[in-house]
Amino acid sequence: MSTPVPRSGGTGRGLLVAAIPYLWLLAFFLAPFVIVLRIALSDAATDQPPYAPHFPGFGQLGEFLSALDLENFRLLGDDPLYWQSYLSSLRIAGLTTLIALAIGYPLAHAMALAPKRWQGILLVLVILPFWTSFLIRVYAWIGILRPDGLLDMALMGIGLTSEPLRLLNTDAAVLIGMVYSYLPFMVLPLFSTLQKLDGTLLEAASDLGATPLTTFLTVTLPLSIPGILAGSALVFIPAIGEFVIPDLLGGSDTLMVGKVLWNEFFSNRDWPLASAVAIVLLVVLVLPLMLLQRARGQGEGGVR
Amino acid sequence: MNRDSSRPEAAGRRASPGSVRRDFQPWNDPAAKPLVEFRNVTKRFGAVVAVDRLSLSIHAREFFALLGPSGCGKTTLMRLLAGFEQPDEGEILLDGIDITAVPPHRRPVNMMFQSYALFPHMSVGDNIAYGLKREGLPKVEIAARVDAMLGRVRLKGMEKRRPDQLSGGQRQRVALARALVKQPKLLLLDEPLGALDKKLREETQYELMDLQADLGLTFMVVTHDQDEAMTMADRMAVMDHGRLLQIAPPDLIYEAPASRFVAEFVGDINLIAGKVTAIEGDLVTLESQTLGVIELDEDAPTCRPGDALTVGLRPEKIALSHDEPAQAINKVAGEIWDIGYLGDMTMVQVMVGGDDGKLFKVSLTNRTRRIERPFAWEDKVWLSWDVEAGMVLAS
Repeated sequence: MSTPVPRSGGTGRGLLVAAIPYLWLLAFFLAPFVIVLRIALSDAATDQPPYAPHFPGFGQLGEFLSALDLENFRLLGDDPLYWQSYLSSLRIAGLTTLIALAIGYPLAHAMALAPKRWQGILLVLVILPFWTSFLIRVYAWIGILRPDGLLDMALMGIGLTSEPLRLLNTDAAVLIGMVYSYLPFMVLPLFSTLQKLDGTLLEAASDLGATPLTTFLTVTLPLSIPGILAGSALVFIPAIGEFVIPDLLGGSDTLMVGKVLWNEFFSNRDWPLASAVAIVLLVVLVLPLMLLQRARGQGEGGVR
Repeated sequence: MNRDSSRPEAAGRRASPGSVRRDFQPWNDPAAKPLVEFRNVTKRFGAVVAVDRLSLSIHAREFFALLGPSGCGKTTLMRLLAGFEQPDEGEILLDGIDITAVPPHRRPVNMMFQSYALFPHMSVGDNIAYGLKREGLPKVEIAARVDAMLGRVRLKGMEKRRPDQLSGGQRQRVALARALVKQPKLLLLDEPLGALDKKLREETQYELMDLQADLGLTFMVVTHDQDEAMTMADRMAVMDHGRLLQIAPPDLIYEAPASRFVAEFVGDINLIAGKVTAIEGDLVTLESQTLGVIELDEDAPTCRPGDALTVGLRPEKIALSHDEPAQAINKVAGEIWDIGYLGDMTMVQVMVGGDDGKLFKVSLTNRTRRIERPFAWEDKVWLSWDVEAGMVLAS
């Protein structure tokens, strides 16, 4: 079937193709990670760059390594501020994911059921917000949510509320902003999964006596799990480290890792501690992701 | 349109008329109540009329086959029965009850899909149990019925497998089991053997027939494969452009097609244009440009002297010889242009009436293992046939 390729040339090219993603990961993930880890193990110093020790060259490698320690990680465990901000971030990102799923699933489902000629337009509508700057869209939410802003005016105008809701600078405002910003990342993978769903499976279920609701619960939902997982990962991962939205829409008591990180880097100029915060965040994210990957690997048999 | 019902004597002449089950002919019994009835059903998709004022009756325990070229509306007809499509006009009755407005999940009709439509995230056992669970049956009964069905379709020990771990033939049997386990009044099968290879298809045909007879169910098969339809069906309908051209047992469809389309669609046929010169009882005499005077035996012929019509002659009903046959009539000389050797038989193309004449197909059964074949290219030969062989075709 395949045209014969000289063996050495074939495997050489194969190796090169296989190597590209690994080289990419090495250059843009592993190398920066090692640098950040090395800073996290150092101490803060009034210096340029602001940590010690500096790398003295390979001759004094042993001395350099012995100066590194886990003190910053210990501090993260001791100070409740840090683990509270992690928990708060997990909570807000988790809630964001759940709400985005609750809104995104019906949206994606309706799009997948829409006539083919409409689907392209609907898809563009989902992506359309990306054509405006993210920052401007978050600022727009300030205008909507602030006391006597657009939302209050509308609600009081039709008589639903009698006084301003005071949503701005609360966790609720952060959730609204996050769900709004990340919704497309939930809708797109869900749509692509639901669109691929074989319609005859739904007909078969109904033929065998399943009501539309049962058909959804026993066929559509289980077969869209890969889309749910992909969409949730795409929302949860950026949401947990989000800085701009809690900073602009959240209150002084909105605690999120992104803000803590920013404060350590720019206000306290404590790069080592900020690096430690980042590394712990990575571990917090990587573990559930690995579990997710395993779940998908097992689910693969179901989706062809 | 339906020739056999208007002419019962046509059926009476043959030893085993219609069905292979000799005493099973509910369609000839005016008192029999049909299980399924289409009354003047029309279904349009935009400007396309998929089903056109169609009426049809199918009887309980019947194995009914719907045969037609792609796009003839046969799949739409089946989907109307399953409830996936709603007729624009007319009504569909099941057991005397109008089911036109009943949604698919409440119809006592099950369908085996062409693609099988097995749930990929469920095991074989769960696939088969799916319909029973929807009926809310007790777990013990579901398990027992699934188990019995697994045995019936020879899938014991496979119940834990996923559909993608099965072969094509096994998947087909799961799909069949999943529909059969519901014990439907009517089982619809959409191209049930289409995805199987030839050997498996032949085997499965007989399995389907046994299952249908054993379980006493009513089957309706949609297919474009005439061998499949003719092998399995008690009666078959030939469909084209949303209309049923003939509904009859397979042998009547083949030997007494109602129209030229049916004659050409089912099996091979040689068509001859002719003009009626005389009618004497059942014996029709015609004058044909290529064949000269021909005679054929028609039951109660409706044509009149002077009519121009088409005569059909099946290839296997023509005899081939080097010497001129003794009979006075229904013979013609020609030259062999092509010989297609197929193992069990040989298809010979004979040119009659010179180089610009008409090519006739003659099929010869290879009854002996003689390697040396009696006919070769460019042989001058004679074609001959009985008066019973020819048939008058309505255009």
